[in-house]
Amino acid sequence: MHSHRPPPAPPLRLLRRVTTAGTALLLVGAAAAAPAAAETGNETDTLTVAIAQQVDSFNPFTAQLAVTTNILNHVYDSLVTVDAATNEPAAALATEWESSDDGLTWTFRLRDDVTFSDGEPLTADDVAWTFTTIMENESAAIANGSYVSGFDTVTAEDDHTVVIELDEPQATMTSLNVPIVPRHVWEPILEEEGEDFADYTGEDLPAVGSGPFVLTEHQRGEHITLEANPDHWRGAPGFADLVFRYYSEKDAAVEALRSGEVSLVYELTEAQATALDGADDIAVNFADGKRFQAFTMNPGARTQDGDEFGDGHPALSDLTLRQAIVRAIDNQEIVDKAHGGRATAAGGYIPARYGDYHWSPEGEEATLSFDPEAANAMLDEAGYERGDDGVRVSPDGDRLELRMHVHQDRPDNVNAGLVIVERLADVGIEVENLTVDPGVLSDALYAAEYDLIFTGWTVNPDPDYVFSIHTCDALPEEPGSMQGDAYFCDEEYDELYRAQLAEYDRTARAEIIHDLQRVIYEEAVVNVLAYPDIREAYRTDQISDMQIQPDPGGNIWGQDGYWAFWSAQPVAAGEGGPSGPSTGVWIGIGAVVLVLVAAGGFVLFRRRATAEDRE
Amino acid sequence: MTSDPATTGAPSGAEAPGAAAPAAPAGPGRAVRAARYVAGRLATAVFSLLAVVVAGFFLFRILPGDPVRAMTEGREVTAEQREELRRQFGLDQPLWQQFLDYLTGLLRLDLGTSFQFREPVTELILERLGPTVLLAGTGTVIAALIGLLLGVRAGWRPGGRSDRANSAVALFFWSVPTFWLGLLLIVAFASGRGFMPGLFPTGGMVDPAASGPVETVLSTVWHMVLPVTTMVAVIYAQYLMIMRSSLMDERGADYLTTARAKGLRDALVRRRHAVPNALLPTVTLIFLNLGQVVSGVILVETVFSWPGLGQLFYSGLRVPDLGLVQGLFVVFAASVILMNLLADLVYPLLDPRVRP
Repeated sequence: MHSHRPPPAPPLRLLRRVTTAGTALLLVGAAAAAPAAAETGNETDTLTVAIAQQVDSFNPFTAQLAVTTNILNHVYDSLVTVDAATNEPAAALATEWESSDDGLTWTFRLRDDVTFSDGEPLTADDVAWTFTTIMENESAAIANGSYVSGFDTVTAEDDHTVVIELDEPQATMTSLNVPIVPRHVWEPILEEEGEDFADYTGEDLPAVGSGPFVLTEHQRGEHITLEANPDHWRGAPGFADLVFRYYSEKDAAVEALRSGEVSLVYELTEAQATALDGADDIAVNFADGKRFQAFTMNPGARTQDGDEFGDGHPALSDLTLRQAIVRAIDNQEIVDKAHGGRATAAGGYIPARYGDYHWSPEGEEATLSFDPEAANAMLDEAGYERGDDGVRVSPDGDRLELRMHVHQDRPDNVNAGLVIVERLADVGIEVENLTVDPGVLSDALYAAEYDLIFTGWTVNPDPDYVFSIHTCDALPEEPGSMQGDAYFCDEEYDELYRAQLAEYDRTARAEIIHDLQRVIYEEAVVNVLAYPDIREAYRTDQISDMQIQPDPGGNIWGQDGYWAFWSAQPVAAGEGGPSGPSTGVWIGIGAVVLVLVAAGGFVLFRRRATAEDRE
Repeated sequence: MTSDPATTGAPSGAEAPGAAAPAAPAGPGRAVRAARYVAGRLATAVFSLLAVVVAGFFLFRILPGDPVRAMTEGREVTAEQREELRRQFGLDQPLWQQFLDYLTGLLRLDLGTSFQFREPVTELILERLGPTVLLAGTGTVIAALIGLLLGVRAGWRPGGRSDRANSAVALFFWSVPTFWLGLLLIVAFASGRGFMPGLFPTGGMVDPAASGPVETVLSTVWHMVLPVTTMVAVIYAQYLMIMRSSLMDERGADYLTTARAKGLRDALVRRRHAVPNALLPTVTLIFLNLGQVVSGVILVETVFSWPGLGQLFYSGLRVPDLGLVQGLFVVFAASVILMNLLADLVYPLLDPRVRP
C-alpha cells in the first residue's frame, strides 16, 4: 500500500498551532503558579477547614444552616458557653448567674473587659437589645426564636448586669447559645431593612463581633476567611487565619487533606475514615457521637384533636407488637455491620457522651434487650399466628407486612435497614425496605404514610428540645404540620417533661431526664439503635495541639463554643516533617518541564514525519 | 464500511435543520421566504421558552420534600419559626398565586429570591456565570479543536490505523463517567500520594491566599488544568465522530472526483473541497454545545468544587431551593433555545442549499 501523508491543510495547521501554543501556555502558567500555590498551601499560620455546605447568610438572626452557626460561633460570643471538658455550662460573656426563688428572674453578671472588634465596649445593653429584638421581631426570630419563647422581658440593669424575666421556669437558661451582636451596628440595619430584614445577608465585612475571630472575607461557593482577634478577652487564638474552603464533593476534600491544602475534614464516612487512618501526617479522630440513630413506628397518627389520619399498619398501635419488634433487633449487630464497630449500641435516648443525662437500660429495666425467642413467644401469646409462608397475622387478621422508610443518602441507615429486615424476618414479620430520597421520606412522615421510619437527632448539651418534640403538644394541629417526628403522646411523659424544665438542680433534673428516657424506651415508638462516632481527620504537620470537647473522647468540628480553633496551635516552622514543601514544588516543576519537553519533542517528531511524507 | 459506529456516538441533534429544503422553486420572492423562515423559527423558540417557563415552575414543585422542613432539619426550631419561613418564601400562598407572582416576576426579568441564600436569583446567577463560562468555554474550545483535527484525519481514511486508534480512545473516554474520571485525576495529580507529588489543586477556582491580579490569574489557570482536562477528555469524542462521519459522507461525492480529475493533490482535495462541506453539521453541534456550556458542566463543577452555575444548581437541588432551581432551569433552557435559534438562523448563511 502506498502511504502518502499529505501535509496538514493551512486552517488545520493553524488549529494545531493554536492548540499547541495553548497547551504550552497552560503548562507554563501552571509551572509558574506551582510554587506560589504550594507555598501558600503550607503557611502554618492558617488553619484551613474543608466545609461541605455553603453558608446561607451571615445575618446571625436568620442563619439556619449548621455550617453557618458553627462559623458564627467564632465571630460572636454568647452569654454562657459549654465547658470544653465536661459539657456543663461554663462562663463566657457572663461570669456568674443566679435565679430568684420562684425561678422566674434570672440575673447575669457580665465581664467588664469585652470589646467588639471595632473598639466599642460590649455592655448589658447589647445583650438586652439582642434578646429583645428576637422576641419582638418575627424576622429576627428565625434562627434563635426557640431560645426566647418563654421570655417576658430582658433588661439591662446596669452596664454589666442583665435581668431576664420568664413566664414559666425553664432550666435551659444556662444554655442560651445566642450570638450577642453590637446594638450600634445592628439597630440601624434593622431600621433600614424593615420588612426585608430576613433578606439581609450580613455581607458587609468585616463583621463587627466580640468573638476570638473576625469575619473578614466571603467568596461565595469558594471560601470564608476569619482573622484572629488578638484582643479577645480569653486570649488570642493560636492561628492568625481561619479559612473555611468549600468542597462540594467529600472525596475531593479528603484528597485535599492528603495534599495538605486543608488542615481538617469532618463528617467522614466510615470508608473515608478507615482509608485515612495511618496516612502520613494525618490523625483520624473518632469521637463520641452527639447524634442518635433511631427508627420510629407509626403508633396510629392523630392530630391534637384526636382525628386519626395516615395509613400506618393498624397492628402497630399494639404495645406488645412494638416491644416484640424491639426485642428482635440486636443493636450491637447494627453497630458492627452499619458502623464498622465505630458507634455505641444504644438503649436510651441521650447519647453516652452526655454523662449525667445519658440513661441505659440495665438489669431489671432492660425489658426489651435483644432476645428473638422472647419476641417470638410474646407474639405467639398475643395471638399473632404464623401463616403458611411464615409471616404472622395479627389477631384482627392483618398480615404483618410492614413498610420501612430509609434515607438513601445515609449509608449507616441503609445498612442498619438491611439488618432490621433480616432480624424481623426471624420473628415472622415481613419488611418492605423502602430506601428513598430524604424528601420522599419526609413527605411519608408528615402524611403519616409509613410503618417503620428512620430518624436521628444531634443532641445539644441541653437536651430539652429533643424531649419537647415527643410531647402531646408536638402532635400536628392538622395533618402535615407536626412539630415532632413520631406521633408520640403520653400523659406521664408530658408530666415528666414539664417537671424537668422547671427543675434547676442539675442532678435532680438528670433523674427526671432518665425517667423520660425510660418511658420512651418502654413505649417502643421511638427506638434508638446506636450513637455513631463522629469521624474527622486533621493534619498533624499543620496543627500541633487542639482542645477537643468533651475531653477525653471529644470532637473538633461542631463544638459548643469555639474551643478547638481558638486553642489550636500551628506547628512551628521546621517541625513540618520530612516532606517539606520545597521538595514537592521542585518535583512538580520537574514534572511540568518534562511534560513540556515531551510535548515539544512530539511536535518536532510530527513535523519531521510529515516532512518525510511530503517527499 | 456499512456498520458505522461513528453516528451512534454522536447526538442526533446534529442533523442539518431544514436539510430537505428544495432547491429554489418558483414562488414568492426570496425576501418574503426568508422572513417567513425567520418568523417560523422565532415562533418555535418563543413557544419552547413558554413551555420551559411553565415546566420550570411545576417540575420542581412535584419534587418530594418540603424546603422549610429540609432547611430547618436538625435545628431546634418552633412551629412559629417554620411558619414565618413559609410566609417569607411565599409558600403559604395558594399555588396559582405563587405561579402568578413567578410569571409577573419573569416579565420584569426578576427570577425571584433564593430560599437558602436570601439573595435575588438573578444576582446569584450573574455572580456564577463568569466561572462557568470560563471553565466550560475553555473546555469546549479545546475539545472542539482536538475533536475536529482528529476527526478529519480519521474520516479521510476510515478503517486506517489512525482512525481505529483515535476512535477507540475517544469512545473510551466518552463512555467514562465524568465524576469518576475527575476523582481519578484528583487522586493521581492532586493529592500527592506515593511517588506522585500533588501537582495541581484538588478543587476551587483560586487560592484563598492569592493576592494581586497576576497571582490570581496564574492561580486560576493552575486550578483549571484538571477540570478542563476532565471535560475535554469526556466530550471531544462527539466532535471527532461528527467530523469523521460527515467527512466520510463527502468522500465518495462527485465533486471530489472532479477535483481529483483536475489533478489536485489529495491534501488540497481534502482541505478545499471535502472539509468545508463536512464542517456544516459540526456547526450545529457547536452551537448546541454553546447553549449547554452554561448548564453542561454540573458534574465537573461538583467534583472540582468549581464555583459556577452547576455547583449552584447542585446546592439548590439539595434543599430544594425552589426559587433558585426554577430560575436556573429557565436560564439553562433559555440558553439552549437561544443557541438553537442562532444555529437555525446562521445555517442558511453557511449553506446555500438550505436557503429558504
